[in-house]
Amino acid sequence: MKRFVKEKPDLPIVSHVDSTGRPWTLKEKILLGLSPGEYFAQFFRNPVNWFLIAVFAVGIPLLAQRYLFGLGTVTHASNDYPWGLFLGFGLFGMVPLSASGFMLGTTVELFGRHDFHPIERLALLNGLLGYFFAVVYLLVDLGMPWRIYYPMIVSLGPAAVLFLVAWHVATYLSVQIAEVSPAFFEWIGWLKGKRFVRSIILGLTIAGIILSTLHQGALGALFTYAPAKIHPLWNSSFLWILFFCSSIPAGLSMVIVASTFAKNFMRWRCDKEFLDNVDMLTIGLAKGASYALFTYLFLKFISVAHDNEWAYLLTDWGQYYLLEIVIGVIVPLIFFSLAVKNQSAGLARVGGFITVFGILFNRLNTALVAYNWQLYQEIPHWKEVVITITVYCIYFITYRFILYRWPILYTWKGEK
Amino acid sequence: MTTVNRRTFLKGGLIGGAAASLGLARKGSAATFEGYPDGMGVLVDLTRCVGCRSCEAACNKEQGLPPPDKPFDDYSVFDELHHGQKRRPDEAHYTVVNRYDIPGLDHPLFRKLQCNHCNEPACLTSCFVNAYTKTPEGAVIYNPDVCVGCRTCMIACPFYVPAFKYSSSLHPRIMKCIFCYDTRLKFGRPPACVEACPQEALTFGKRTELLRIARQRIRENPGKYVNHIYGEHEAGGTAWMYLSSVPFEQVGLDPHVPKEPILNYVKDFLGMVPMVLAIWPALFAGFHLLATRKEGGHGHHEEGKEE
Repeated sequence: MKRFVKEKPDLPIVSHVDSTGRPWTLKEKILLGLSPGEYFAQFFRNPVNWFLIAVFAVGIPLLAQRYLFGLGTVTHASNDYPWGLFLGFGLFGMVPLSASGFMLGTTVELFGRHDFHPIERLALLNGLLGYFFAVVYLLVDLGMPWRIYYPMIVSLGPAAVLFLVAWHVATYLSVQIAEVSPAFFEWIGWLKGKRFVRSIILGLTIAGIILSTLHQGALGALFTYAPAKIHPLWNSSFLWILFFCSSIPAGLSMVIVASTFAKNFMRWRCDKEFLDNVDMLTIGLAKGASYALFTYLFLKFISVAHDNEWAYLLTDWGQYYLLEIVIGVIVPLIFFSLAVKNQSAGLARVGGFITVFGILFNRLNTALVAYNWQLYQEIPHWKEVVITITVYCIYFITYRFILYRWPILYTWKGEK
Repeated sequence: MTTVNRRTFLKGGLIGGAAASLGLARKGSAATFEGYPDGMGVLVDLTRCVGCRSCEAACNKEQGLPPPDKPFDDYSVFDELHHGQKRRPDEAHYTVVNRYDIPGLDHPLFRKLQCNHCNEPACLTSCFVNAYTKTPEGAVIYNPDVCVGCRTCMIACPFYVPAFKYSSSLHPRIMKCIFCYDTRLKFGRPPACVEACPQEALTFGKRTELLRIARQRIRENPGKYVNHIYGEHEAGGTAWMYLSSVPFEQVGLDPHVPKEPILNYVKDFLGMVPMVLAIWPALFAGFHLLATRKEGGHGHHEEGKEE
C-alpha cells in the first residue's frame, strides 16, 4: 500500500471526491481507490497475509469440525474444566483489553480533555471490536450458540451474575456501535446519522461507564461462584473490584499497543494530527495507566491482607502469584513511571505491551491455572489453541480492514 | 408451582437492563433459604456400603443412559484414574461409586456420589436462564429446553456434579442426577439407586427425619462414626447426606466446601449493582459539568496540551 500511496497522489482516500472532483464510488472506497488487480497485488505482497492464510487453512476446518461434530471433538471435553481457552482468553482476556472505549470516551467527552481526540476513535473501535470478538469466542464456546438470546427473552434468570454480563455486554455493544458509527457515517457520507449520534454522545458515554463498571466487575464476580475451587490468592470477595480496576490499565495499554502498530505499519493511513500527537498521548495514557496499576497493586495487597492469606505467599502457589504481580504490575509500573519522568513514548510502549501481557496472564491464571488447584492443571487441546488463534486472526483482519478505510486514524476531509 | 409464579412475576417486572438489575438487588438482600420443610433426602452410610455398584446399574437403567464401557459387575473401574482423580459423574453416569483405601483400616471404604440436591443450589442460582428448579419434594431438576450450554453451573457446583454432553453438536445438555424426579420422587417413591441397594447403605426419607436418624446412629455407636454429617451444612445444606467412619477428605468429600450457600459469596457483588446503577449517572453527569464549565458547555475546540 505504501508503494501505491507514493505513486498515486489521490491516495489514500480522505474525502468523498478525488482531486478532479469526481466522487469515489463505494466500490472504490472498499478497494482503497485501487483497481482489483492492484488491490490483490498489494494483498499478496504482504507477508502477514500469508501467515493469516496459513492459520485459516488449518483453523477454519477445525471450526467447522467444532460445529458439525461437537465441542468434544476439539477440546478435552473436560467436566472438571468446563471453561477453557475460548472463555479464559476470549472472554476474560478480551473484555478488559476492550475497556479502552469507555476510558477514552470518558476522558474526551465527559471530562472535556479534547487533546486526547486524535486517538479517541481508535480507542472506541478497539473497544467495539474487542467486545464483538469476545461474543464471537462465546459463540464458539457455548453448547448451543443459537440460543444466545435466550436470557434476553425466552427464559430469564435475573439473580445470576452471568445474566448481568449478558445484558450489559449486549447493551454496551449497542452503545459502542453507536459511538463508533460517526466514523462509518462520514465514510459512507450519511451525515444525518452522524449528527444524531453526536447529540446523544454524553448519554452514551455515561451509559458506557455504568455498563463497564458493572460487567467488568461481573466477570470477576463469576469466579466467586467457585470459592472452594480457585486458589484463595486468586479468589476473594474483592475480585469484582480487582477485575474492574485492572481493566483500566488494560484498556489504556491496548490503545498504546494498537497505536504503536498503526504508527509503524499503517503510517500511510495516519494523518498529521495523529502522527504529531501520538507520542505525547502515549505518555498521557501511560500516566493514566500507571495510576490505575498502582491502585490495582494496592487493592491486591488489601485483598491478601483482608482474607489473611500471607501464609500462602510462602508456598509455591504464592511464588507464582508474586511472579504474576511482578511481571504484570510492578515491571510495567516502573516502565510507565520512567516514561512519564523522561517523556519517553518508547518506554511507555514497552510498558503498554507488558501490561497487556500481564492482564492476560492474570485472567488465564484465574480461569485456568488456579482453578481446580487442588485437583490438577489441564493443558488445552491443540485444536482448542488453534481455534483460539484463528478467531484472533479474524479479529485482526477485521480491525485492519476498518482502520484502512474508516476515518479512525485520520480526519475526514470532506463534508462531515 | 411456586417457581412458575416467581418467574412470571420477574418477567413482568423486567423492562430492560435496569429493571433486570433491580431483580439482582432483591436476591442479594434475601435471607438464606433453609430448604423446603417436607423436602426428601437420602442418608448415605459409608460404613454399610460394600461397593457392589448395584446403584450405578439401577441408575443407568432408570435414566436410560448409554450402556457402560465395562459391565457394572466389573470392579476394575475402582482402579481407574483420570489426571490422578477417581471417577466422577459424567454424561453416561449420573452416579459413581469409588473405592478408598484407608491407611490403618483393614478394609477399603466405598463412597457413592451423585447430585447432592442442595437446599440453595449453586447451579440454580448461577444459571442465567433459570434452567434449574428446586422442587418442594427436594429434587434439583434441569430443563434442557432453555439451557444455552454456558456451563456456569459446572463452575459453581462445589461437588463437581453437573456434566456436559460434549459429544453432541446439536443437542448438547447438562447431564446430572435428578433424584428420579419424573419417574419416582414426584409420586413419593424412593429413587432407583436406593431401592437397588442390598446393604441398606442408602436411607430415603424426609431430610429433617434423616438428620435425626443420622444423629441417633452417631450417638448409639460410639467410635463408629466421625461426629459429622456431611451435607447437614455443606453448601448451605444438601438433601443427600453422608455418614463416615473416617474423616471425609479420606473418602473424597471436600472438607473445604463452605458451610453456607455458594450464593453468599456472590452477594457482595450483587448488592453493589443497584448502587452503581443509581449513583453513577448523576455522579458522572456532575463530573462532566464540573470539568467543562469553564469552556462554557462542551464545545469541541482544542484545548492546550496539558504538560
